[in-house]
Amino acid sequence: MNVYASETLHRIGAVILRHWYLIAGSWPRFLDLCYWPMVQMILWGFIQTFLMRQSSFFAQAGGVLLGAVMLWDVLFRGQIGLAIAFFEEVYSRNLGHLLATPLRIGEYMAALMLVSLLRTVVGLFPATLFAIWFFGFSLYSLGLALAAFFFSLIAFGWSIGLFVSGLVMRYGLGAESLAWALIFALAPICGIYYPTTILPDWLQAVAAFLPASHIFNGMRAVLIDHTVRTDLLVYAMLLNILWLAAGVAGFLVFHRQARERGMLLQIGE
Amino acid sequence: MDAVANPQLDQSLNAAAPAIVVKGLLKRYREVIAVDSVAFTVAQGSFTALLGGNGAGKTTTLAMLLGLVQPTAGSIIILGEDFRLHAKSLLARMNFQSPYADLPRRLTVRQNLTIYAHLYGVSHAQARIKELATDLDLALLLDRPLGELSAGQRTRAGLAKAFINTPKIVLLDEPTASLDPDTADWVRAFLARYAREVGATFLIASHNMLEVERLCDHVLMMRQGRIVDTGSPKSLIAKYGRTTLEDVFLEVARHGAREAAS
Repeated sequence: MNVYASETLHRIGAVILRHWYLIAGSWPRFLDLCYWPMVQMILWGFIQTFLMRQSSFFAQAGGVLLGAVMLWDVLFRGQIGLAIAFFEEVYSRNLGHLLATPLRIGEYMAALMLVSLLRTVVGLFPATLFAIWFFGFSLYSLGLALAAFFFSLIAFGWSIGLFVSGLVMRYGLGAESLAWALIFALAPICGIYYPTTILPDWLQAVAAFLPASHIFNGMRAVLIDHTVRTDLLVYAMLLNILWLAAGVAGFLVFHRQARERGMLLQIGE
Repeated sequence: MDAVANPQLDQSLNAAAPAIVVKGLLKRYREVIAVDSVAFTVAQGSFTALLGGNGAGKTTTLAMLLGLVQPTAGSIIILGEDFRLHAKSLLARMNFQSPYADLPRRLTVRQNLTIYAHLYGVSHAQARIKELATDLDLALLLDRPLGELSAGQRTRAGLAKAFINTPKIVLLDEPTASLDPDTADWVRAFLARYAREVGATFLIASHNMLEVERLCDHVLMMRQGRIVDTGSPKSLIAKYGRTTLEDVFLEVARHGAREAAS
C-alpha cells in the first residue's frame, strides 16, 4: 500500500474512531441504535402473524412484511446514520476543526458512509436475531440476494444522507428536519409493503427511478415466487450509481457554498 | 513576564522567507466586505498579532488562512507554497484554536486528542498526548469528558489539540480569553517556549492588549476589514504617543489610524 493510500485510510479511520468512541462510551446511545429497529420488527411481526391467520396470501408469503420492515430499516438507518454522524459535528461545533485538518472532503464522505454502515449493522443485527427466535422468520433466508438488497438500499440511503447533510452545512440546522422528512416522503413510492404496480401510473414512473422500489419488488419475488430477479438488482445498482453521484455532487456543491458564505467555522447549535 | 521577542532570533528569521504572505485578500458577503484587500507578511518564527474590534475581519482572515472560508480574491502563500494548490499538505503543518470551534464534549480529552493525532498523521500519538498533557497541565484531566471540564480547562484541551501535530504555523483566536490571569500567563510561557523549540510562527487574534505587548513582536491593526497600521507594539505606542497598546487600540478603533508617524 502506498503512503497516500495509507494516510487516507488513517484519516478515514480517525473519523470512524470518533463515532465509535461516542457509541461505545454511551450505553443509552447504543441502546437507541437497537431499540427502534426492534420495536418496528415486533410491531410488524405481530401484524404479520395476525394477517397470516386471516389471509391465505400472507400464510403462503410468510415473512414478507417482516422482510420489508427490516429492509426498510436498512435504507432508513443508512440515511439517518450518515446524517446524524454529520450532525454530531455540527452539534458539537467540531466541523471547523475537522475540515481544517488534512482530511479531504472525499475522505470525510467515505468515513460518513462507513459510520452509517457501522450504525446500521449494530442497530439491525439484534432485531434480525430476535425475528428468528420470536417469529421464526430469518432475513438471512433471502440468501445471497440479501447482500445485494442490503448494499443497494444502504447506498440509496447514503445518497440522500449526503444531500441532506450538505443542505445543513449550507443552510444550518434549520434544515435538519429534512433529514427525517425526505426519506419518509419517498417511503410510499418505494413499495415497501406493496408492489409498486398498485401505484397510479404517473407515480409508478417516479418509483421506477428509485432503487429502493426495485429492491422491495425483488424481495417479494424471492419470498413469494422464490425467484431472484437479477434484472431488478442490476437496475437498482445502476440507479444507485446515479443517485450516489448526485448525493456526492450535492454535498460538494453545498460544501463549496458553505465555504463561500463562511458557514463552516460558525455552524453549530 | 518578559517579552518573548528574541532580537537575535528575529534577525536571523527575518532574513528567511516569510512564513505567510497574503496579497490582496478580499472577502465579500453580498454587499458586505468583511476583509478588504489586505496584504501582509508574517516572518518565520515571529509572533504576529491581529488586533481590531469586533467585526474588524480578524476571524475571517484566520478562517481564510485555514481554508474554512473561500476568499473572494487574493492569494495566500504559506511556507512558500500556494495555499489554493497545496491546502491539505499545508494544513498538516498548521493548526489552530478558535472560540468558534469546539471539540466534542462527550468524548474525553484523550479520545479527542487521539482522533486529531490520527487526522494529522502524528506518529507515536500517545507519547505526544502525554507530552502535551504535561506541558498544558492536563495529565489529570485526560480521561475526563470534555463537557465535565471548566471553560479554562477546555481551553487548555483546545490548545493541546492545536499543538498535537507540532505545527510550524499556529493560528490562535483569543487563546487565553477564558483563562484566569495565572493560567493565561502560564499558557503564554508555553507558547513562547514552543516557538523557541520548534521555530514555529504564530498569528494571534486577540483583544488582550497586555498579552499582545508581552508576546508579540509585530502587530497588524485591523479596522472595518482593512489593515490600517502595522508595527511592533513599542513602535505603535510611540507613533500614537500613548503609554499602552490598549490606548492605541482604542484610538484606532474609534478614530482610525494616523496617516503618518508623529
